[in-house]
Amino acid sequence: MMSFVEMMHLALHVGLPHFLLLSAVLFAIGLFGLFTKKGIIAVLMCIELMLNAVNINFIAFNHYMPVTDLSGQLMALFSIAVAAAEVAIGLALAFRIYHDHHTVNVDDLNHLKG
Amino acid sequence: MNDLILPLHRLVDMGMTMAEELGTPEIILAAVFYVFAGISVLGALGVVLGRNIVHSALCLTASFIGIGCLYIFLSADFLGAVQFLVYGGAVAILIVMAIMLTRREDMAHSNPSRSILHQLAALVIAGLFLLTMAAVALMSPFQAAPTDFGDTVTGIADLMLTKYVLPFEIVAVLLLIAMIGAIILAKGVDES
Repeated sequence: MMSFVEMMHLALHVGLPHFLLLSAVLFAIGLFGLFTKKGIIAVLMCIELMLNAVNINFIAFNHYMPVTDLSGQLMALFSIAVAAAEVAIGLALAFRIYHDHHTVNVDDLNHLKG
Repeated sequence: MNDLILPLHRLVDMGMTMAEELGTPEIILAAVFYVFAGISVLGALGVVLGRNIVHSALCLTASFIGIGCLYIFLSADFLGAVQFLVYGGAVAILIVMAIMLTRREDMAHSNPSRSILHQLAALVIAGLFLLTMAAVALMSPFQAAPTDFGDTVTGIADLMLTKYVLPFEIVAVLLLIAMIGAIILAKGVDES
């Protein structure tokens, strides 16, 4: 078992595990919201949180690992572009659903449930 | 009184020796990291736990900006700028516009959660995920060797137009399709 001083030493020496832990925490919060939220827009917001958590991993690995180029940052950039496309389509769908059904509650949108 | 002050003194002494061992820049870096990590995590919690969806959108923006600052901390300055522009700007405005267009009667309860049973199940799943990822992050023997790339814009641009030129073109087409798709979904197709 580590002593308190050793643990504080590790906590203050910011490195890759800190970013991985932060990203895991953000992803877990997003996952929790994804399962518990009722509104379509809130669900989309939680998906955005999870995508951001993954981007932190890309950039942290690119910074801390012995790599030769910026591929990790470029992947994060592609991920941001795909997330932007996703949020545009998602919000257009939310608007359309509200227009047609006058609700954004995902529990009321179960017409495909046999 | 002395009993109360003595442990405090010891703690301060311990902190001072640790600061000397680590060096001042290390402490400042840690402080910067924890401030921005705290902003991102608190913002994320605000999104999930908030009852008013406008407050949730605001917390989401705060979280995005905290994450953007962490990108700059990781010497990814271009990605930080992109994060501020795309997430802090465009996505935040898009979400607020969508909230405005799908307005409900009372904003105070516009972000409802499921029943307590659902929340418990979600808590268990998210907690298990977090435990697994924390174990992986803390136990993996990463050979950390930070590399300084200096000017990241040139490096990203070189990669984007040589090795990753095909994904770059595909993303460009994807963004165009998404734009047209969003317009058609929101506006509807003219049948005539």
